[in-house]
Formats: sequence, structure tokens, C-alpha cells
Amino acid sequence: MPHHPTRHGLGTLLFAVAATFPGLSFADDAPGDAAPPASPPAPPTDIVVEDRPDDAGDGLVVRWTLSKDDTEDADPRTVLKYVVERKPAKGGEFEQVGESTYKQPEFEDEVDHGTAYLYRVVAVGRGDVRSPAAESTEAVQPVLQWFNGRRAWFGILLLVVCGSVVYFIQIARRGTDLYIRPIAGLEAVDEAVGRATEMGKSVLFVPGIQDINDIQTVAGITVLSRVARTVAEYDAELVVPTARSLVMTTAQETVEAAYLSAGRPDAYREDDVYYLTDEQFGYVAGVTGTMVRDEPAACFYMGAFYAESLILAETANSIGAIQVAGTAMPSQLPFFVAACDYTLIGEEFFAASAYLSGEAHQLGSLKGQDVGKGIGATLVVLGCLVLTATTLFTVRGFDVGLLTAIGDYLTQNVLGDGGLSR
Amino acid sequence: MIDVLSNLDRRWVFAAMFVAVGWPILSGVRFKEEPSEGVRRVFRAIEDLPEGSTVLMALDYDPSSQGELQPMASAFTRHAAERGHKIYFMTLWPAGSPMIERSLRIVEQEYPDYVYGEDYVNLGYAPGLEGAIKAVVDDLRGQFATDARGNSLDSMPLTEGLRNIQNMDLLVNVSAGDPGAKQWVQYAATPHDIAMVTGTTGVQAPSLYPYIPEQLDGVLGAIKAAAEYEQVLSVAYPKFAESVKAQEGLRRMGPQLVAHLLMIGLIVVGNVIYFVERSRGPGGRR
Amino acid sequence: MKRTVPLFLAAATGFVLIVASFVPAAGSWGKYAVDWFNILAALAFVLGGGSLLSQHLKKISDQQAGWGYSLVTVVSFLATLVVGLGKFGVAPPTLHPDKVWAGDYKEAGSGFSWIFDYLYTPLAATMFSILACFVASAAFRAFRAKNVEATILLVTAFIVLLGRTYAAIWIGDQADWLASQVVDPAIWHPYVTGLRLDKLTETIMDVFNTAGTRAIMIGIALGIVSTSLKVLLGVDRSYLGSDDR
Repeated sequence: MPHHPTRHGLGTLLFAVAATFPGLSFADDAPGDAAPPASPPAPPTDIVVEDRPDDAGDGLVVRWTLSKDDTEDADPRTVLKYVVERKPAKGGEFEQVGESTYKQPEFEDEVDHGTAYLYRVVAVGRGDVRSPAAESTEAVQPVLQWFNGRRAWFGILLLVVCGSVVYFIQIARRGTDLYIRPIAGLEAVDEAVGRATEMGKSVLFVPGIQDINDIQTVAGITVLSRVARTVAEYDAELVVPTARSLVMTTAQETVEAAYLSAGRPDAYREDDVYYLTDEQFGYVAGVTGTMVRDEPAACFYMGAFYAESLILAETANSIGAIQVAGTAMPSQLPFFVAACDYTLIGEEFFAASAYLSGEAHQLGSLKGQDVGKGIGATLVVLGCLVLTATTLFTVRGFDVGLLTAIGDYLTQNVLGDGGLSR
Repeated sequence: MIDVLSNLDRRWVFAAMFVAVGWPILSGVRFKEEPSEGVRRVFRAIEDLPEGSTVLMALDYDPSSQGELQPMASAFTRHAAERGHKIYFMTLWPAGSPMIERSLRIVEQEYPDYVYGEDYVNLGYAPGLEGAIKAVVDDLRGQFATDARGNSLDSMPLTEGLRNIQNMDLLVNVSAGDPGAKQWVQYAATPHDIAMVTGTTGVQAPSLYPYIPEQLDGVLGAIKAAAEYEQVLSVAYPKFAESVKAQEGLRRMGPQLVAHLLMIGLIVVGNVIYFVERSRGPGGRR
Repeated sequence: MKRTVPLFLAAATGFVLIVASFVPAAGSWGKYAVDWFNILAALAFVLGGGSLLSQHLKKISDQQAGWGYSLVTVVSFLATLVVGLGKFGVAPPTLHPDKVWAGDYKEAGSGFSWIFDYLYTPLAATMFSILACFVASAAFRAFRAKNVEATILLVTAFIVLLGRTYAAIWIGDQADWLASQVVDPAIWHPYVTGLRLDKLTETIMDVFNTAGTRAIMIGIALGIVSTSLKVLLGVDRSYLGSDDR
């Protein structure tokens, strides 16, 4: 307990005095007959121990009714905390497993699977005076659940979205023509590479600053594949500095494959895809240095970006490079939009890989995404309507029981962790 | 004149920005802040916790963003210590350990009654990015064998019974990027119902607002919010009003004001150039 | 073959982890996957370091343009590595004074912490600070009222730029004072306080900005789902490099 001098100094002093003179007591409800410095608080009651739902059978929840001394108006507080103790039902001693602060009648305990436990809870007051312990009557054993019911709706939505992506990929495979709106930024890729070739300058590709386990980096590498193929076809020069070693090896493989498929394996140089540093601003310094020295004619930024986005884009602008960016970092989008010639915004960036691959069936995945958007939009509109109607009808005095139930179900079960029916 | 401006070397703009930031820093000009509701929400999250509550202070930033985030980390630390909470420091950033040291120094110097291991502890750097969050949420001991000073967690009252962070009363995060606030919300606060507040860079803040209030109790965005937070603190605890150290954020609002005014000026000038050039006809840029 | 095995590994790991997130007992599997990734990434550091050294040593030996920078890079890289690994200036831990090598290379007073405090920290802060200059030059160059959308953006930017500083409070107070000279504030005050620049900024950030960000985030989340699915199903293999074609 930190005894802060400004707020507890007096209390501490009083307790010290009280302890020195056993006959004295400063507690409000001190019994007449001497002894402890303050009387112990009333114990908590009604201890209930239950299995923690939706876990691997390794958790119990202990609940109790607060000590009747645990009230707001007690000043200083009579109850400071509750101490939770447990022992295995088969025997052994009670051991403290945790604490909860005052006004908190609940504690979640991590336990061993397959063992039944008994619990007791003690209310603790100032000077570490403890109430009598309140004990649970029945031993409770944690139960293992095979399915996390709280995620049921999440699972359903995931299945629907993934299912529709797969379904539309199949549809596209069968040759059905799917309309996808043109994305200006993607059509600029060829233009940018072409310009670099005309000017006899290089193309710089930055695959973001995150590692390959970030899906944005994977999407960036996919775009790189296409850029590298165009570069190989145009016989231009490509430079790819990376901020992660794994991204470097992946990018090397990808660029090599792209040169191969363009029929120019001889033009591929491994040294052009190189690692700089993991350190964010060290990387920025390295890349902008390359920009200023080599003056690439086209710069691509495809991946996860942070504060470096604008530093890169403004530097490349100062050397007159044409710039195409793509990222799913909402916070960096405004910077790219302001400073680059073309920007792939969020999902457009992910769509780019499908679009640029030129494979019809990959476009199917975009249609699948639209189903997800449809579900999202429906839930948003439905939720707004229901909650607005609930408020309006409540004001007019109508019965809104059903509406409230729907609203609660939407927020707590479909979107929350209430599962199918909780 | 317009031609000069439209072909202005951007290094003049940089120089202007340098002066706009440098002058208010040197002159020490300061303004009063009016705390927004969002900042008050963050304040209440720490203020309303019962004394002695457990607070996980995850400081996920590094020296490059220190200028923007240190005032928040300092203010959070002072507030938590002032309320007598138990503080657990940790970071997901390799360069974050020295940032924690700065907050520890505040506790050591301004709260001499706080005992290391009893009232606060430094768990240090947890490698593994967002995986480290999942680790401390499920099994803290698997992630941290000792604290940052090499003490066994079993040897300190504050950590001896601690197996994971699911029972923390509040998660306070100062975040400069990923892993940071977003991952703490996704992997700790939301699945385990841990109350959470965060302080982030101005750029990152808008992407966190959608999490308020269900998954996140509040966000301090950028130096402005840090300054407002210091203002609320110094009203609640007048001793902070007299401490220069406790007003790092407020002191940085001067440079912010002048820099913003410069930005507005630049945008206006840029647009004047644009419209003049456009009115000149096809010769102008479009 | 070169692509089939990785593809199988990616698919198996991915789908197992998706299922595991619904099975409480398998909740920690994701952590193991992350551990594996960290081990791989740590090993890849060797590749990265090798690439960095070979790249710059080549530049130095060829005396290419700017080879002086490469020299600085190589020297700094090696110096930091030696000081960190060699634990220069690191004291043995207090609990075990006989274990000379057991101290933390980052502890205060060590050579590495000196590099961190006096070289790395100012350099990193400088690079970040340059952003302020670039924001200004980008605003000057690109922020033009070209059409209706850009003009709305411009007005919003003005409000937020002012609303984030003392200027908003000052302007609000002046406007209040002026208006109260004409009409009794009690009549109009409740209706216009929301129009003060600082309040307006809050509204813009909390309502319009949040709504827009949410929409973008939903789109991004779906994009992530479908991209991940394509990777797991092997529909998109460009990240795997070439096959034995």
C-alpha cells in the first residue's frame, strides 16, 4: 500500500498511536473492549463459484455479495480489498490466489484442469484487519468447452464472407464475366514504368516497412511481381530497398520469377533487391538518399507505411518522379493522396493484386468482398433504424420491448461476445 | 511576386517552419487549454479507479516519437502514482526500454514513498510484437521470467501472484504505431474486457476513434490532448500547476500554434498562386 | 515442388490457426506460430546483415557515387555490433557479481546505451522532425481548391488546424464578446457554442472522421480476409517466386 504523505499521513499516524496505546481506538464502530487497532469489517457473503464459460477448462469465476461495511459513505473506507483464497477439494491448505479491490465482487481464477476447488473470501480493512472468511460450500471443477460459443456469430459471418469469396472465384473460373470498376492507380503502373524507360532512369519500389507476416506486405509483393514483369519487358532498371530481411528474400524470389516469366532472366540482378535496416527512420534516410542520388523516374510505395510516407513522397516529388502509392494504413492515406500522383486506397490496394494478376478467377475474390460489404452495410442500417426507432417510440410512450430486444441482440450477440443466445 | 512565390525553393518553407517552431520554444510562450470531453473521459478512467488498483502501463514508442508522446506517458505516470495505483510498466518496442526509464525516474523522484516491487515494477521489453500481447494475456510468466532488472517475479509482492494481465483494472497504452494501441484493443482489451485508455500520435488517433467507447474508454491524440490532460490534472491536483516538469505538453502548444498558423498561411499563399495562374489562362498550371 | 511444399505449409498453418481461434483449448497455438516466425525472422537478420555489408562494401571498393556514405554505414554498423555484443561498459548484475558477462547490454552507463542516447535518439528524432517541414511543403504545393471536394477538404483543414491550438479558444472568446455586445448571450449561447472552432474540431473528428474511417476500415478488413484467403488457397502465388517451370 503506498502511503502517500499528503493524503494518508494523518491516518497512518493515528493508527501508529492507536497501536501504541491498546486502549485507544479511532475506528467509528470500535468495541469498548480494547484489543485490535480497528475492528474487522463484516465478511462477504454468498460465495458462488462457477465454471468460466468458453475456456479450455482452466478457469473459475468466484462471485460474492459485498461486505455490508463496503459502502461509499464510510470515510475512511472500512473495506480496502478482498482476498481470495482457494484449496483443492481433495485436501491441502487454503492459499491466497488473488485480490480484488473494494466494490468488486468478482474474481476470475486460473486453475488446473481436472481439479475441483473450494474457495474462501476475506474482506480486508485498514491496518490489514481481516474479516472472518466466507467459504464456498461445494467444490467446483472447471469444464472444458470444445467450441468458444462467444465467437459463434463471428464464425458465422466469417463463413459467409469466406464462402462467398470462394464461390465467386469458382464462378469466375467457369468463365462468367464479372464487372470490376477500373482503378486509375493501377492503370498508371505501366505508364510510370514506361516513362522511366523513356528517360533512361530507374524504377524504385518500396514494399512498406513491415515484415512479411503483415498481409499488406504480401499484397505489396504481389504488385511488385507485376511491376517487375513490366520493368523486365521494357528493359528498365528496378531497385527494391527493404526494411526487413525476410521481405528482401521474398522480394528477390518474386522479382526473379517475374523476369523469368517476361523472358529476361539474364537481366535480373540480385543486388538490386537489398536490405537496409529495420529501423524506421534509418530506412527512410537510406531510401531518400537513394532517391536524391539516383533520381528514379518512377516510385512505387506498396505496403504498410507509417510516419515515413510523406517524407518519401515529398522527397520523390522534389526529384520529379511519378509516384504511385497503395496502403491500408488509414492514417497515412491522406499524405499519399496529397503528395502522390495516384493512390490505391485501402481495399483498392488489396484488389490490386487480383486486378494486376490478369487472371479472371482472381477477380472473383473482389465480388466475394462485395457480399461482405453488403452484410456490413445491412447491419449498420438495421442497427441505426432499430436504435433510432427505439428512442423515438420510447419518447412517445409506445411499448418498445421487441425493438429493445432486437437492438440488444444486434449489439451484444451479433457484434458482441454474447454468442448465439446469451 | 507571384512568379517568385510559385517557383519558391522549398527550403525557404523549411526555414520558415524551423523559425515557427523554434521561436515559441525559446520564448517559452504558453496558453491555457480547455480540456475536451474526450480528454476528460481518459482522465476519469484513471481518476475513478479505486485507490490501489492495478494499472498496466504499456509504453510502445521510441525516441523518434518521444517529442510527441513523452508528455502523455509522464502525465499518465504522475496521475496513476498520485491516485496510489499499482503500476506495471512494459513495452513491445525494442527501443522502448529507455522510454520506460523516463517514467520510472518520475516515480522515483516525485513519489519517494513508492516502493519498487510493491507499488510499481518494470517488466521491460517483450519481444514478439502482437504475439507478446497474446502471451501476457494468457501466460505472463512464459513471456517474462524476471522483471527488467533481473528480479524474479516471485520475489516481489506486486508480481508474485500475477499470472496474466486479464485481471488488470486498467490498461494504459502510449502508442506510436504497430504494435500498439490497435493490437492492445484487439488482443487484450476487447477479448478480456479490460478497461483501456490510450495516448497516441496525432496521425494515428483518427484510426482509434472508431473503437470508442465500446472497446476503448478514451484516446489522447497528439500533443494538444496531452496539454489538455495536463490542464485537467493541474486543476485536480494543484501541485502540478506549479511544476514546470508536469507541463511538457502545455509548453509545446506554443510551437504548435505558430506552426499551424504558418501552415494556414502557406495553404492560402499556395491557393492564391493557383488562382492567379489559372486566371492567366492556358499558360497557368492546372 | 519448390512451390507446392511452401503452399501446403502456408495453407495448413493458416487454416489450423483459423479453426484454433474457435477452440479454447487451442488458444495458445497462435502464439507458437508467432514464436516460429520470430525465430525465422531472427535467422534472416544474418541474410539482411550480409546483404547490407556486401552492398556497401561493393560501393566502397568500386568508389561509386556517394561511397563515403557507404563507409559511414559500414563503420557504424560494425561499431554498434561490436559494442553491443562485446557488452562494453556493462557491469555484472548485483545479484551475481562473479558472472561478468551476465549484465544487460542496454543498461544505463553501457557503451550501447551511450550510442542509443547520444547518437540514435537525436538521429531518429531529427528524421521524424523533418516531417514537419515536409508537411508544410506538401501543404504549400498540393493543397489547392481545385474543385468542390478539395475546397471542402481545405475548409475542414483550416478548422482543424485552428481548432487544435489556442487560436480557436481566442477566436471563440472574441466572437462571444462581440456578439454579447449586441444581444443577450442567454438567448443565443446554447445554440452556437457547438460552432466554436475547438468544438467544431471535436465534432469533425468524432463524427465525420470516425464515420469515414470506419467505412475504410470495414473495406480494408474485407480486403484482408479475401487476400489472406487467396494466399491460403493458393489462388495468389506471386509471393512464392518461380516454380520449376
